[in-house]
Amino acid sequence: MSTRLATGGRLIVRTEPRRFTFNGQRLRGFAGDSLASALLANDVMLVGRSFKYHRPRGIVASGAEEPNALVNLGTGPRFEPNQRTTTTELFEGLTAQSQNHWPSLEFDIGAVNAQLARFLPAGFYYKMFIHPRPLWKYLYEPFIRQSAGLGRAPKDHDADRYEHLHAHFDSVIVGGGIAGLQAALCAAETGQRVMLIEQTPDWGGRAPVDGDRIDGQDAADWIAATIAKLSTRPNVTLRLRCVAVGVYDHGYFLACERLGDHLPGADLPRHRLWRIRCKTIVSATGAIERPLSFAGNDIPGVMLASAVRDYIVNFAVSPGDRVVVVTNNDDAYRTAIAVKRAGLDVPAIVDARPDGGGALMQQARQLGIRIETGKAVAQVRGGKRVSAVALCRQAGEGAVTETIPCDVVAMSGGWSPVVHLWSHCGGKLIWDEALACFSPDPTRPPTGADGRAFVTTAGAASGLLGCSEVLADATKVGIALGGATPGAMLTPNGSAVQTNPLLPVWIMPQGAAIRRRGKMWLDFQNDVKVSDVQLAAQEGYESVEHAKRYTTLGMATDQGKLSNINGLAVLSGALDAPIPQVGTTTFRPPYTPVTMGALAGEARGGIFQPLRATPIQQWHIDNGACFEPVGHWRRPYCYPKGAESHADAVKREINTTRNSLGLLDASTLGKILVKGPDAGRFLDMIYTNMMSPLGLGECRYGLMCGENGFLIDDGVVARLGGDTWLCHTTTGGADRIHAHMEEWLQTEWWDWQVYTANVTEQYAQIAVVGPNARRVLEKLGGLEVGKTNLPAMHWMEGRLADIPVRVFRISFSGELSFEIAAPAAQGRALWDMLLEAGAEFGVTPYGTEALHVMRAEKGFIMIGDETDGTVIPQDLGLGWAISKKKADFIGKRGQLRRHMTDPDRWKLVGLETPDGSVLPEGAYATAPGRNANGQRHTQGRVTSTYFSPTLNRGIALGLVLHGPDRIGETLEFPRLDGTIATARIVDPVFYDKQGAKQDV
Amino acid sequence: MSDPVTPLKGARYDGFCQITEIGPRGMIALRGDLVALAGTLRAVAGLDMPCQRQVTAAGGNACAWMSPDEVLLMLPRPEVEGALAQLAAALQNLHHLAADVSDARALLRITGPLAREVLAKLTPADVSPAGLPVGELRRTRLAQVPAALRVIAEGEVEVICFRSVAQYVFDLLSMAARPGGEVTLFRA
Repeated sequence: MSTRLATGGRLIVRTEPRRFTFNGQRLRGFAGDSLASALLANDVMLVGRSFKYHRPRGIVASGAEEPNALVNLGTGPRFEPNQRTTTTELFEGLTAQSQNHWPSLEFDIGAVNAQLARFLPAGFYYKMFIHPRPLWKYLYEPFIRQSAGLGRAPKDHDADRYEHLHAHFDSVIVGGGIAGLQAALCAAETGQRVMLIEQTPDWGGRAPVDGDRIDGQDAADWIAATIAKLSTRPNVTLRLRCVAVGVYDHGYFLACERLGDHLPGADLPRHRLWRIRCKTIVSATGAIERPLSFAGNDIPGVMLASAVRDYIVNFAVSPGDRVVVVTNNDDAYRTAIAVKRAGLDVPAIVDARPDGGGALMQQARQLGIRIETGKAVAQVRGGKRVSAVALCRQAGEGAVTETIPCDVVAMSGGWSPVVHLWSHCGGKLIWDEALACFSPDPTRPPTGADGRAFVTTAGAASGLLGCSEVLADATKVGIALGGATPGAMLTPNGSAVQTNPLLPVWIMPQGAAIRRRGKMWLDFQNDVKVSDVQLAAQEGYESVEHAKRYTTLGMATDQGKLSNINGLAVLSGALDAPIPQVGTTTFRPPYTPVTMGALAGEARGGIFQPLRATPIQQWHIDNGACFEPVGHWRRPYCYPKGAESHADAVKREINTTRNSLGLLDASTLGKILVKGPDAGRFLDMIYTNMMSPLGLGECRYGLMCGENGFLIDDGVVARLGGDTWLCHTTTGGADRIHAHMEEWLQTEWWDWQVYTANVTEQYAQIAVVGPNARRVLEKLGGLEVGKTNLPAMHWMEGRLADIPVRVFRISFSGELSFEIAAPAAQGRALWDMLLEAGAEFGVTPYGTEALHVMRAEKGFIMIGDETDGTVIPQDLGLGWAISKKKADFIGKRGQLRRHMTDPDRWKLVGLETPDGSVLPEGAYATAPGRNANGQRHTQGRVTSTYFSPTLNRGIALGLVLHGPDRIGETLEFPRLDGTIATARIVDPVFYDKQGAKQDV
Repeated sequence: MSDPVTPLKGARYDGFCQITEIGPRGMIALRGDLVALAGTLRAVAGLDMPCQRQVTAAGGNACAWMSPDEVLLMLPRPEVEGALAQLAAALQNLHHLAADVSDARALLRITGPLAREVLAKLTPADVSPAGLPVGELRRTRLAQVPAALRVIAEGEVEVICFRSVAQYVFDLLSMAARPGGEVTLFRA
């Protein structure tokens, strides 16, 4: 059984106990424990079930590479699935639940899958459930989803806050082991602005566990001294609990700092996403130990050799009393020595190499440990925990020579450099024969825009495993960051140990039978075995990328940190191709899973998106407006009174406006100043009609097209002065049209003397509409707005109720209408005054729906309704607004093309149902016959459709084939429910065609 | 006559920095050949033409470089009308554009020793003392909206954004300045 040792544990604080629960069981650990070490200290070996076969699984590793020990962590608004126990710090009151089991962890029904394993090989789901197709969606997928999956999805809103932080450094060094520390120290000496990050809560990495010595002192002492030195440097930023997420082009680097994970409930940002720009990223990310593939290597108690000694040295946790070490290299002897020194038993070291190891083997032997060279594990015995190992010859087929009872199997298949950060932006790898791993190829680094490398590696990440080599490499890399040459900065003197070469062992024993290969796990989390990869190869999945997807090797939340090399080595064996030729799968960010909260940063709740507010917005809110989004604005749709329905509110707003007085907050309309000697000429190009001849004080409605001829925006232009025009755009068009103007000015007509300015937000704009509009303005006083002084399509400037205003006499409703622009800071005051003065006329504010309906009643088009990017002004009966005189304007050439002049283009008409009902939105008018796809032919469509309170019937605008020539004809519009609506083609102007109402 | 109101009516948040809405302030967008405009700027506002990313200030007026052909003239709001008239008169023969944008913008001030890191949480621009020295104005974005940042003094930053998003920017800055989020990224 696993337990806490009486002494030792360099990271735990025994005076600070921490209580926590696992599956409801109350347990105790210490400050400094990881959840994994605390579980082991309480003899919790079984921590979860595997994804596919629901096999019992225990803790394998001690870091970010852990594939098995994932839990549902926390409750309610702090619940989170798939949390890695090895990287979760223990805190008081932590609650964890194991995952992927039913009904309980100890007894799991899904484990029957394991009995069926031979019927569930790689690609089983693909082969089994592909036919018949519809069953996949309705039967197979829902069923499989039920039984698959890891943690549960959170149900509550996340209680925590998150943030981003943008930072700029010369270089970022990733990894706070001795390589990262030494590189940072050297870089800092050269004056570089450096950030050093470490994913765990402690500096130093593996060196203190492995017994390295630096400059004659313990590694831990050197680490403490180095951190002390770095902390005093103003050009160094140090961060613990900060994990690299990814490397991106142009020296962009993401890291996630976990500020609040170990302090739940503290008023802190839980995660901080560092968004860093730097010149160089140093990957001092160390290496990850590889498992060995022997039968039963997934049984709880089989662990990485390095993890076993981490738990002993760092946390004073013994994973078991009797530890059998299985290895193909010297490093695992350190584990045997650590176990022995902790007073525990090592029944045997099983070394697959015929000649065994070097100095460390001698040391182990001196400690009295039995060493079996040339041997292998034939099979691990046990169910929910290890009970024994059966040994055999590595060279043979697995005939058992001996069975050794034990609690833990510590395995080591060698070490693989963590090359993720090197690879994210395209750094290439080379196969290192000596270490049997892929290492960064320094001759083919990821390069920046200048063609120079922007990622380098240091230490074990470079493929260097000895303490002295690591420090030498880190010194070189650190100095190079500052462009300096090694001088005063001496490489610290790291300890060196004589080692024997590693023996690549991909299957143990090498001639294992299929029965055994079906129990050799490569990917623990996704349940991929040696036999699955061999089957994939046999079925023709020769590319490593294909084999990965077919078998799901490396596709779990650990992204194959343990399984990658072993898997492709097995694949290469099955293909009889050398490993470098098979290659590796692509490394992509994130390095470890990153929370959605960290990615979203501050963008949630009230600041999820910017909401734009007009100067009158608060009045709308206070008066119960129902809002609709228009771009990032929220515009009042209508203002329901009490229990009034939206439809009734719209009806009331329209009737009141047409009969007396309505107010519209039109502040969102775009307003662009265009000024300069060439401004008139410029506007003649931007608009389809002539703007240059506008007289001072005049307004004109204009259309804008893109260069293909399609209508992109419309609005009223006013001439403000000799060389100054003010262009109104639609609400959504303000920024887009301003950019359109600047693009033409900056790229095509850069020599024209024109300046533009987007002054949309400088003004509050209020439309005062209805037969009493003039009277209310006269009540406020200060301006003569009579018919002769201010005729239609003119504007004037002055003071209204002592507020400086510009009044435009323009109408989109068919009523007498003034649009009043006032400085935004006084817009609300003007609105309040208009409401007060209008009270005697029963004034109503009206929203966008009333605006739309009144426009449609007059047959005025709406950008975005009647236009959709494929409509030209000629389609809309707006030929009158297209100048025949002008030599050119944007869109003219496009409109001359054959398709645009085709008489069969659908044209704007009005549509009226015989019974006054409202036509469905977007409905198509059918025509006789069917097309090649068996669909009905069409001859038109509805573009706007409303109930008109003015006419007390449904009205619609639509585009219809030869429409204007077919007035009086009836069309059929099938509804979604299968019934058919009919409508008569009519003139698009439904109301006051002569314009008598506004001509007053 | 009604007094001009700022969009947030002087709202304030006290976190590890203080966020305050300031203003109203007169602002004129002035576009043209900056060399040719320099004399007029001096005559009208008593200010030198600022170089790239710089702000010149004198007697309560200030002028900020916005782009190679645009500056932002800042002055007391009641003086805008007069200044526009003076500019129009002085620049009759020079192609330019001068527009009152006093109400198109909102002004916020961040005060506190960690003011720079409130910005760093929201803008990709380098706001370190080296990247954005005291006195400079930088046009960039804060989260999802455009903004200009002006470091008046160490521990005092002015933010200029569009009026319609004043509340959003105020809420962003307040969230970024919430206690517990201190980073101490920029050390002297």
